[in-house]
Amino acid sequence: MSQFNGVDGQPAILVEGLTKSFGEVRALRGIDLSVPRGTVLGVLGPNGAGKTTMVRILTTLLLPDGGRAVVEGHDVVRQAAAVRRSIGLAGQSAAIQEELTGRENLEIIGRLYHLRRSQARSRAVELLEQFELADAADRAAKTYSGGMQRRLDLAASLVGQPRVLFLDEPTTGLDPRARLGMWDVIRSLAAAGTTLLLTTQYLDEADELANEIVVIDHGLVIAAGTSEELKNRVGGDVIEFTVPDRHRVGDAVAAIAPLGKGEDEVGGEPHADPETGVVSVGVGSRGSDALTEAVRILDGAGIATRGLTLRRPSLDDVFLALTGHAAEEEDQPGSRRRGPRGRRRADGDRADGDRTDGDRTDSDRTDSDRTDSDRTGSEEIARSAS
Amino acid sequence: MTAVTVPAGVEAPRLGSRIRWGVSDTLTLTRRSLLVWLRVPAYLMFTVIQPVMFVLLFRYVFGGAIPVNVPGGYVNYLIPGIIAQTAAFATFGTAIVLAQELKKGVIDRLKSMPIARSAVLTGRLVADTGRMLVTILIIVGVGYAVGFRFLNGFGPAVAMVVLATVFGVAIACISAYTGLAIGDEESVQAFGMIWLFPLTFVSSAFVPIASMPGWLQAFANHQPVTFVVNAMRAMALGGQLEPTLWPNLWRSLIWLAGIFIVFLPLAVRAYRRAS
Repeated sequence: MSQFNGVDGQPAILVEGLTKSFGEVRALRGIDLSVPRGTVLGVLGPNGAGKTTMVRILTTLLLPDGGRAVVEGHDVVRQAAAVRRSIGLAGQSAAIQEELTGRENLEIIGRLYHLRRSQARSRAVELLEQFELADAADRAAKTYSGGMQRRLDLAASLVGQPRVLFLDEPTTGLDPRARLGMWDVIRSLAAAGTTLLLTTQYLDEADELANEIVVIDHGLVIAAGTSEELKNRVGGDVIEFTVPDRHRVGDAVAAIAPLGKGEDEVGGEPHADPETGVVSVGVGSRGSDALTEAVRILDGAGIATRGLTLRRPSLDDVFLALTGHAAEEEDQPGSRRRGPRGRRRADGDRADGDRTDGDRTDSDRTDSDRTDSDRTGSEEIARSAS
Repeated sequence: MTAVTVPAGVEAPRLGSRIRWGVSDTLTLTRRSLLVWLRVPAYLMFTVIQPVMFVLLFRYVFGGAIPVNVPGGYVNYLIPGIIAQTAAFATFGTAIVLAQELKKGVIDRLKSMPIARSAVLTGRLVADTGRMLVTILIIVGVGYAVGFRFLNGFGPAVAMVVLATVFGVAIACISAYTGLAIGDEESVQAFGMIWLFPLTFVSSAFVPIASMPGWLQAFANHQPVTFVVNAMRAMALGGQLEPTLWPNLWRSLIWLAGIFIVFLPLAVRAYRRAS
């Protein structure tokens, strides 16, 4: 289906220079992005990066201060009613009527889309089956599990057969199994040709579901591309190890720094987490050679290590390289959830406070000139806010 | 996805059909709210049991100690007051449910849909008016069981119920505004106590104002609940209260109009801005 979309070259979502402030807080500071029809865009960023603000503007719930946003050819400010006819929204919590049954919830939404009673009924049945809720159709939604409630919420957002669907952190708060179930559902929607804009703070989620990813931090797009492109920006493969003696972490970083500066000019500065003693460095495509060298160097310097590995870069590495801090910052109580990425959580706990000069140099190197200067601004904001 | 033909409603609306849709959306949302109300026994209990307890409490516990000068004694004095208070207290639900829906994202979902912009608020108010009317009729029934009687004929009795309902809707506008502006269930409930309790109790609803200290009389004599309750009582009982009807009724209507003029736009604005 997707090959027939976008023949006229018009993207499903187009955002140019979007800005929004709440009092002193500049939530969006000039966002640009474009989502071709029938594709999935992952919007990745930590809490407070501006993801939800952007979704609220694109779904006509909030007016922007500046810039413009066009959804399915309609301006979100001047043609809000037309935008509402082409979109679906599933927010961070299940926006369902818990006292009513799954079927009633969907039928009421259908009636609000002005389906005839019989149409609303059959649409509800169809969606309940599609989302594996048919067995629970006539139970009050409050008896549903968290995953079922979110599926019902997603089903509700699809009653009007939207061409563009906005999913704001669709798996936040779900247990790992429900999360995988949600991923399957989202994949099938994408396969059916719906344009999706998906926000998430989980890097693996964006990696798993999105064609293109934009990384947002402090109200700015700091990187965009496919998951593969973003990973290449870290500098190919990553060598990672733990230094049990925390006092020697600095020595280890200094010792392996040359590994990050290969002749192929890919690679990067080493990263170190002073608390966990985890050190990582991008080594380009020199994989096993670099690994051998790392063993030699560390041994020569007399630094004991644990778990020395060579691995493909994750989006975690990308985020760290781009922003100098981990993606899943636990700066809000609502974000305290266990996930599959326990180690990076530990990184996140470090947050901005312990950022070293080494970190900053590294991220400057990785950023393009434009985002570089913008990002410095965002750091100032972050500092003045903290 | 299998095909259900895209509904006609997804096309751009023509001017003529807008009103029809506005009405249809309002009715759908009204039905939704009433369905929820019927589905949760606790809501029904709260809106019915509490006023019934008040009737019994004031009729049999406090009533004997409160001397009043109306035909039929204290029970006839009490019931119009209880009805006005019940109508006002019913709007606790209006505020709390709106705050809940705001928090859960239900209002976001509805606002992102192509429905009439006014439908969420009007649907809520229509449903709550229905709820209020049911409660009022139950209290009239309970009143009859404990000795209350309409002494002024059927027409004025109906007029009393109508006035109580219009009063309730006016209060519901204030509650809707507080619910949407505060947006947090517990705070909304606490705030409701702060203004609804004094407003209904420091009035002529339960005791003659002459029995209050002077500084309190100053407030009680000039606030809308007193005018509304006095007018309702005159409608229900007639006779010696007949001359008090018009002075109280026109003051009531001015107050109610004022409340609508101020708080309906505030509620609409709070709904538009709600996030």
